[in-house]
Amino acid sequence: MFQLLSIRQFFRDMRHQKLRTFMTMFGILWGTAAVIILLGFGTGLYKYQIKRFKGLGENICIFWPGLTSKPWKGLPRGRRIRFTEEDVARIKASVTSLKRISPEFARSSVPMKTGRNNLVARVAGVWPEFSEMRNLIPQAGGRFINAMDMAEKRRVVFLGNRLAERLFGQGDHVGRTFFIDNIPFTVIGIMSPKEQNSSYSGRDYNHAWIPSSTFKTMWSHRYPQMMIAQAQKPSMMGRVKKDIEGVLGTKYSFDPEDTEALMIWDTTEGFKFFATFFLAFRAFLVGIGCMTLVTGGIGVSNIMNVVLEERTKEIGIKMAMGAKKRLIMIQFMFETILLTAIGGALGFLLAFGIMKAVPPSLTENIGEPTVTLAGGLMAIGIIGVIAIVAGFFPARRAANLEPVKALKLF
Amino acid sequence: MISMKNIRKVYNTGKVSFEALRDINLEVEDNEYIAIVGPSGSGKSTLMNLIGCLDTPSDGEYYLSGRKVDSLTANELAGVRNREVGFVFQAFNLLPYASAYENVELPLLFSGMRSKKRKKRVVDLLNRVGLGEKLQNKPTEMSGGEMQRVAIARALGNDPKLILADEPTGNLDTKSGAEIIKIFDELWETGHTVIVITHDMNIANHCQRTIKLKDGMIYNGNGFPVKKQTASAAGLN
Ligand SMILES: Nc1ncnc2c1ncn2[C@@H]1O[C@H](COP(=O)(O)OP(=O)(O)OP(=O)(O)O)[C@@H](O)[C@H]1O
Ligand SMILES: [Mg+2]
Repeated sequence: MFQLLSIRQFFRDMRHQKLRTFMTMFGILWGTAAVIILLGFGTGLYKYQIKRFKGLGENICIFWPGLTSKPWKGLPRGRRIRFTEEDVARIKASVTSLKRISPEFARSSVPMKTGRNNLVARVAGVWPEFSEMRNLIPQAGGRFINAMDMAEKRRVVFLGNRLAERLFGQGDHVGRTFFIDNIPFTVIGIMSPKEQNSSYSGRDYNHAWIPSSTFKTMWSHRYPQMMIAQAQKPSMMGRVKKDIEGVLGTKYSFDPEDTEALMIWDTTEGFKFFATFFLAFRAFLVGIGCMTLVTGGIGVSNIMNVVLEERTKEIGIKMAMGAKKRLIMIQFMFETILLTAIGGALGFLLAFGIMKAVPPSLTENIGEPTVTLAGGLMAIGIIGVIAIVAGFFPARRAANLEPVKALKLF
Repeated sequence: MISMKNIRKVYNTGKVSFEALRDINLEVEDNEYIAIVGPSGSGKSTLMNLIGCLDTPSDGEYYLSGRKVDSLTANELAGVRNREVGFVFQAFNLLPYASAYENVELPLLFSGMRSKKRKKRVVDLLNRVGLGEKLQNKPTEMSGGEMQRVAIARALGNDPKLILADEPTGNLDTKSGAEIIKIFDELWETGHTVIVITHDMNIANHCQRTIKLKDGMIYNGNGFPVKKQTASAAGLN
């Protein structure tokens, strides 16, 4: 009954103050929508960028042959350091912090011929593990190079999706045969399209991969162009690099501290920078939203102060009848929280409406705005804190009124 | 019932301070029927507010039903007002948007009475003041006399021993005023202590004892209560 009384009273007061209530509610609504939308777009963009980052591969490190920059054990600087496929196999057997590794033999502008097309493309010779490291996921019905292909030096090829299209046109081409450097090869898989924002020697969709064993018999390369390694855990990448440098340094006699004997691209470092940058960026966006919300909160506090002026007499009556401070306080807080909650809920709706309305042409470039559960809860928490702070001061003023003065008995 | 010793009340407005009550000594026994009279500004309402624990004295000691109440906290005073004192005001002071029922319910809500018991109590109280038919009327839908009767029903909510009325008939015509005074008579006869501020000498004479205030001091009627007498015995009924 009492709750009812005060809720009814709340709506009566709010009706009475239509314009002011609307403006106040709008402040909270707008603030909430700003927080949610900025949070949503920030998260969407972040996830999209992560996905593109992982296009190259997840937590991988790439090693190229280099030139020594320090003399070592009587040997001069400037010597060429290269590694063979057997070295990669030795590294795989001895470095325990390693999860996967593969050499990559490569040859660019290799002529390819189908019944209808002639073109040139990059061909790489790799191990089966290469697929997981570099996120080369076969489309349904296809597969990547496997151990049998390796052992039997099969003439099989895995194609980038764009290259497959250029060779054969649209459709499923697994099982078809065409010529690579005049030798017939069978297509075993085509790469699923993927977002990729970094690469070496061009985007993956235009490449072809064959078993390294087949590659060597075709072109008799002795040295891979590079090798790609993946650590057990991203945090173990430092050790992987050290161990690989150790193994090769012993064999080819170079200073393990020599940073130029092997050229290394550790993609986890870029990722770390990227993640930190984005964290700051998102915090900045949410900060802007919060400012708006705080402004809304000040509006709520103002309207509650006006409500207090108008209700002073009523508060006096209640106090004369024995209402304790706490009760007066709770009633005021309750109303502020209700006002904020309604504004906040409408703000959520508006934000979700706007995010749903983002056209696909835009989401292609900035990712799909998403609000995670944690993000949503955080926003609700912020709104809650603002409601409590905005309600507290008018509520305390109300509770501290002197009954006699509030009653205006004189 | 009431014992006041050297009570002072000083109002500070800006730099000026004003002594609204000076050196008040007052003893009231259980079941007295008292009128407080005096010129405007003499401090009657101020004294009443102190008696009813709506306000605290600047100085002096005040015992209500044997308990020292001059320096209680705001919350303790709220408890005293809720259970031990019933207030009736000249301006009725009903919540304008609430029905008679909801107004009478207020002090019962604050004392935490269970809803079943509360419901019965509210209906009983409104029947007692003759408003059993108007439970759902809002103040705007009632006459002044009816509003004042709702206020009395509300004052009786938690069955206080002490009833305080500050010019309860000030806004009423003679007939409605007489009805209100009749209810006070009944309350006195059923054992309540009743204190009424009034400018109406008929009502003052009708009471058992009159306290006269002037310039914040009791200058007559301050003494031992006269022997108990009924309203009819006083020949004023
Ligand atoms: N809050 C206050 N601040 C300053 N002065 C006050 C305050 N309340 C009352 N007074 C002063 O105290 C004096 C007594 O006031 P009080 O209301 O008790 O008079 P009263 O006897 O009830 O008068 P009336 O018959 O007109 O109701 C008055 O002079 C008034 O101006
Ligand atoms: Mg007065």
